[in-house]
Amino acid sequence: MSMFEQLTNRERVFEFLEPAQSPVDVRHGPILYMEDVNVSFDGFHAINNLNLTIDDGELRCIIGPNGAGKTTMMDIITGKTRPDNGSVWFGSRHNLLTMNEPEIASLGIGRKFQKPTVFEALTVFENLELAMATNKGIWPTLTAILKPEHRDRIGEVLETIKLEPLCNKPAGILSHGQKQWLEIGMLLMQKPRLLLVDEPVAGMTEQEMERTAELLTSLAGKQSVVVVEHDMGFVRSIARKVTVLHQGSVLAEGTMDQVSNDPEVIKVYLGEEA
Amino acid sequence: MASSQTWLFRPFQERSTQIFLGVLFSALVLVTFLHLFMPQDSALHVSAYTVTLLGKYLCYALLAVAVDLVWGYLGILSLGHGAFFALGGYAMGMYLMRQIGDRGTYGDPLLPDFMVFLNWQELPWYWLGFDMAWFAFIMVLLAPGLLALVFGFLAFRSRVTGVYLSIITQALTFALMLAFFRNEMGFGGNNGLTDFRDILGFNLRSDATRLGLFIATGVALAIGYVICRGIVTSKLGRVSIACRDAEARTRFLGYRVERVQLFVFVVSAMLAGVAGALYVPQVGIINPSEFSPLFSIEIVVWVALGGRATLYGAVIGAILVNYAKTVFTGVMPDAWLFALGALFVLVTVFLPKGIAGLLQKDRKANANDDAPAAQEATA
Repeated sequence: MSMFEQLTNRERVFEFLEPAQSPVDVRHGPILYMEDVNVSFDGFHAINNLNLTIDDGELRCIIGPNGAGKTTMMDIITGKTRPDNGSVWFGSRHNLLTMNEPEIASLGIGRKFQKPTVFEALTVFENLELAMATNKGIWPTLTAILKPEHRDRIGEVLETIKLEPLCNKPAGILSHGQKQWLEIGMLLMQKPRLLLVDEPVAGMTEQEMERTAELLTSLAGKQSVVVVEHDMGFVRSIARKVTVLHQGSVLAEGTMDQVSNDPEVIKVYLGEEA
Repeated sequence: MASSQTWLFRPFQERSTQIFLGVLFSALVLVTFLHLFMPQDSALHVSAYTVTLLGKYLCYALLAVAVDLVWGYLGILSLGHGAFFALGGYAMGMYLMRQIGDRGTYGDPLLPDFMVFLNWQELPWYWLGFDMAWFAFIMVLLAPGLLALVFGFLAFRSRVTGVYLSIITQALTFALMLAFFRNEMGFGGNNGLTDFRDILGFNLRSDATRLGLFIATGVALAIGYVICRGIVTSKLGRVSIACRDAEARTRFLGYRVERVQLFVFVVSAMLAGVAGALYVPQVGIINPSEFSPLFSIEIVVWVALGGRATLYGAVIGAILVNYAKTVFTGVMPDAWLFALGALFVLVTVFLPKGIAGLLQKDRKANANDDAPAAQEATA
């Protein structure tokens, strides 16, 4: 084909016209794949040859004593911290180590922080509106118009997180537990493939905890959920598979019963509580 | 609550914008009427001097709105906005210089007086094109915009924020001041640009031109206000507030915080440039003192006094403080800075939300009536 014909061929889609972010490829099983990851801060090895695989649709709990590297691990996945070496893949197509935070977020990884972080000056409704999965460029954001289907979507999430009556109140007046819920709601608005949830039940009452457990288990299947939590009772109530981190690497992996009977685990972690 | 209007038209549905525009246009009409139709000896006559003085206040008000946009809504405390104001002013000054033509003291048809004085033989390349009004007016937007773009790109990409950014903006304006003081820069050194004759063919010394400039400034303030209001009431405005309050969270939601900051910063710098460009023909001079760090800090004081993150507060603050400055420097010139300092301390202690905070208290009562309606809208 001549050059001219190639250029005028209407069937052809030029590479630069294709969406930059092709969908996540999970045909080979895992949605998140971390291999031999190392991070050290000033000689302190926060993450030590960490290997971790999360399957598509799985609900995984990660436990471990303070300083085991749980939050650092989340920082690596979301692009906040760059590891010294190792590889981190989202599906089998996206190398997370080459992307920055907004790129990773728009790829479908949502994160809830340890300390609930919501936009206190904005209303609950607006918090959810900002989190909504849309084009987040400058011009589309400036000219954005709230369509009825967006309202419906926000309404659904408000119902899920039970904050409907407070939807026009500034998020700053919410209680600690309600802020946790709002943040989870913001994650849901992002429609992520993978949710990273750091200590979701800190500061919650028993009742709120139960509801959180219900919510997280209902999400699994559609989305993959990784929960980092200190509260053993809570982990026991939701966990199917538990990973124990210790000094930056995986110490044990299995069901809650398996890991809680593992002598190593008892020694470093559960032993202190028992 | 968000409506289905395009962003630029959304402000017109807001009560506060309607009131603001109403007051502004009434003031413009009133001043014009009192200036033109009241006899000279009447107590109600507004002199040409006062008209120009008011025009100057309106320039400051537009500058304050620009600062409030980045400080109030984005949390970027710029202590160097005077630099953008001055750059816009210099672009206008260069046009006005070229308009003088051969009417200068030395009568050179091409070179401005100060260049002849320095024995320069030809016009520096960056003075080319400034004899054309359209080119100069584009440069009024472009020069501050480009500086803000380059500066902001470097600063925001490296995630410089807070006090550090404030200090760098301060250094930026100080560096520019030192540069513009140098004769070799070709901007008239410490004398700056002055002795302007006419603008767009109108004599700058005639009362009609002065009135025209005053009205043009008022219109520019209205447009600038509506643009800023359009931005802050759009989703982008809410994202700006999100960047201000929880930058990391915003990033994890998928927004490119540095681009939001850059966009708003550049818009703000351009508005400051327009304010500077309207200021220069009214005061008749532009010199490097507009770059002085003190001036940039003063702008921040206007905004703080008026009340942050309201925009109209910035306008009120700028006009009140500058009116007070005019009065004070007439009565007791030495006491002005002390008075300004005292005012700042008093407002910070007793009115943390500025003068706008006082106005909002009244509106609280009305807001309660609106609440059920808003709920209905989101249901």
